[in-house]
Amino acid sequence: MNNEKQAGGFFDRMWVFFSSVKLSVGLLLTLAATSIIGTVLPQNLAPVLYRQKFGPVIHSLIDAFSLHDMYGSWWFRLLIVLLMVNIIVCSIERLSSTWKIIFPQKPAFRADRFRKSGHRTEWVSDRSPESLKTQLSGYMEKHYRHSRVDSLDGGYLIFGERGRWTRLGVYVVHLSILLLMIGALIGSIFGFEGQMNLPVGQTDKTITLRDESRVVQLDFALRCDDFTVTHYPSGMPREYRSDMAIIENGQVVAKKILRVNEPIRHRGINIFQSSYGKVPGDTFTVAFTEPESGLRVEKRASLGDRIEIPAGGGTLIVEDFTNDFGFRGHSLGPTFITRLIPESGTPQPIVLPVEFPSFDRMRGGDYTISIENVEFRYYTGLQVTRDPGVPLVYAGFALIILGCYITFFMFHRQICIELVPAGDKTTVSVSGISGKNRPGMKTAVIRLARRLERITRHPKS
Amino acid sequence: MTSATLFSLVTFIYGLALILYVITWIFTKPFFGKLATGVMIAAAMGNGVGIALRWVESYQMGYGHAPLSNLYESLIFFSFCIAVIYLFIDSRYRIRIIGAVAAAVPFLAMAYASLPSVDSQIQPLIPALQSNWLIAHVMTCFFGYAAFAIAWGISILYLLKAGMDSRSGMIARIPDFPTLDELTHQMVMFGFLFLSVGIITGAVWANQAWGRYWGWDPKETWSLITWLIYATLLHARLMRGWEGKRIAYLSCLGFFAVIFTYFGVNLLPGLHSYQ
Repeated sequence: MNNEKQAGGFFDRMWVFFSSVKLSVGLLLTLAATSIIGTVLPQNLAPVLYRQKFGPVIHSLIDAFSLHDMYGSWWFRLLIVLLMVNIIVCSIERLSSTWKIIFPQKPAFRADRFRKSGHRTEWVSDRSPESLKTQLSGYMEKHYRHSRVDSLDGGYLIFGERGRWTRLGVYVVHLSILLLMIGALIGSIFGFEGQMNLPVGQTDKTITLRDESRVVQLDFALRCDDFTVTHYPSGMPREYRSDMAIIENGQVVAKKILRVNEPIRHRGINIFQSSYGKVPGDTFTVAFTEPESGLRVEKRASLGDRIEIPAGGGTLIVEDFTNDFGFRGHSLGPTFITRLIPESGTPQPIVLPVEFPSFDRMRGGDYTISIENVEFRYYTGLQVTRDPGVPLVYAGFALIILGCYITFFMFHRQICIELVPAGDKTTVSVSGISGKNRPGMKTAVIRLARRLERITRHPKS
Repeated sequence: MTSATLFSLVTFIYGLALILYVITWIFTKPFFGKLATGVMIAAAMGNGVGIALRWVESYQMGYGHAPLSNLYESLIFFSFCIAVIYLFIDSRYRIRIIGAVAAAVPFLAMAYASLPSVDSQIQPLIPALQSNWLIAHVMTCFFGYAAFAIAWGISILYLLKAGMDSRSGMIARIPDFPTLDELTHQMVMFGFLFLSVGIITGAVWANQAWGRYWGWDPKETWSLITWLIYATLLHARLMRGWEGKRIAYLSCLGFFAVIFTYFGVNLLPGLHSYQ
């Protein structure tokens, strides 16, 4: 940080604020702590459910801080933006000084700096300083990018340096985090995520978006030719499979098999197997049975029909169908939701589970109503997405791994080998320094010393 | 021999290694240290062979998948990772006191896996898990978890030494502070890289299976929380010069997040809860 900046105006003060690593540490911990909320508090429920479960006071708190959609809330996004600015400012701030370390013409080797470093290993060799110098300087020249030999009081100093560029690794990690965030932003602006339930035999191009209850029309249509679900002998599901056709301008342009983990990708749109269910066939039988006499009247009907009840009993509307109706904690399976409109009196909802034809008997009406002879068809539940940010996100992923590897496991190291004559023998000492007193440097020096001791014991002749 | 029998045997071998490492710590006889590490190698090999055997068994049953698909199999793989990483440290640093922690965690994990409440049956894979990403995702995550577990063990040793009278016998034998500090840092860097790769392979897989690379599922979120805590540790250490106790506390906090990511998330709803 230079002094001009500290004395400057608003922009410069902001710059100083954002170049602080204290801020990074604070933001990282705040993000970690606040992220917990969304894993404990159920997300994206209807507001009324929060009020029921937590009471009005906590509900207003949830509402004020958008805790029902915590990861999309303004304050959580603000924290992320602050972290991004922090990363950018810190990286620019430090890159300029790193750059000066990485790209000078010649490295400066100073023996006193090595003597001060704690990492030092020494041993005594039987050989003369000259013969050791020849072999070891050859070794350093081969394995280190820069090396140099100085003579000193009848002995020698051999310097070596490598891995200067690895100081850039941390910037690769920071850049990749930014790429991830830009990719995520692009995805949230230009992408969508939706659902399509497609009965076997039908064709459709309308996607219902998950969050906004909006719809999107695809440029092509999807037809489901078949849906199968197979099971293991134990009853666990083994495979969900949809045989799909892609239709453009009335022509089938591709036929593909869709499975979980094997999505279809077409024109930038991704189609995933996400669920399945059953829908009733076009027509079914509605039966009215008199409980005492057992007299039975049957009528054919379709979903949405209004049916005249015998003997002026009113009208029955078949309003809806659900794959699974829960009743007092029990699952009733596929069930029609109907509404009985009597000639006089108030309309009354009636549920008619297909698998329990006598269910309606407990209502105690003039007739027991049931729906029978339903031919079910499967529908396939498709998750349909478009995310143009994915290539950037994947590039970010690759760079994170690369950058972390460089930062953690490769490092900028300078080595100094000192050869001091001791009678007809030589004291050899190896020491090393690295940026920021890296852990691992000590081990690296010990390993290098061991190797050098070994190779000098058996001189190549 | 079936893999199940082998795993019961391996549990006891880890227990034996644990006892021998504690004896080494108390009596400082190098012979026991070597013996303990020999037993640990045997346990790790048995553990590895057991995993291979279970893999073969799953093919014989007609399911054919890597044994990385449920809580039982993950505990066994977790134990294996800890043993392998510890043996690597042992070969480099020969600090056998860490072995007491590194044998205790697999012993407890495998003992837990053998409880009747943990289903040890080989089950076929449900469609969502039928992917090659399963192997890459689970292996990298658990290698990361294992490195964090060892970092935690070393931090506990650090805090013990810092908090108690260091002249007394067992405490005095704990290695010096700089060595513990460096080892913690090494393990955290190793774990951080693997956790990153684990999260990334999980994201790529999720994008392939469900059409989204990130969905704030509790397990995803907790793995991110873990990642953020260790990122804090690395920044505090490298940029702010934090050392010693403060790093040891952060390492403990990070491992708490790991444990919650691993087990605690099962209490919350989501795609990752083990049945």
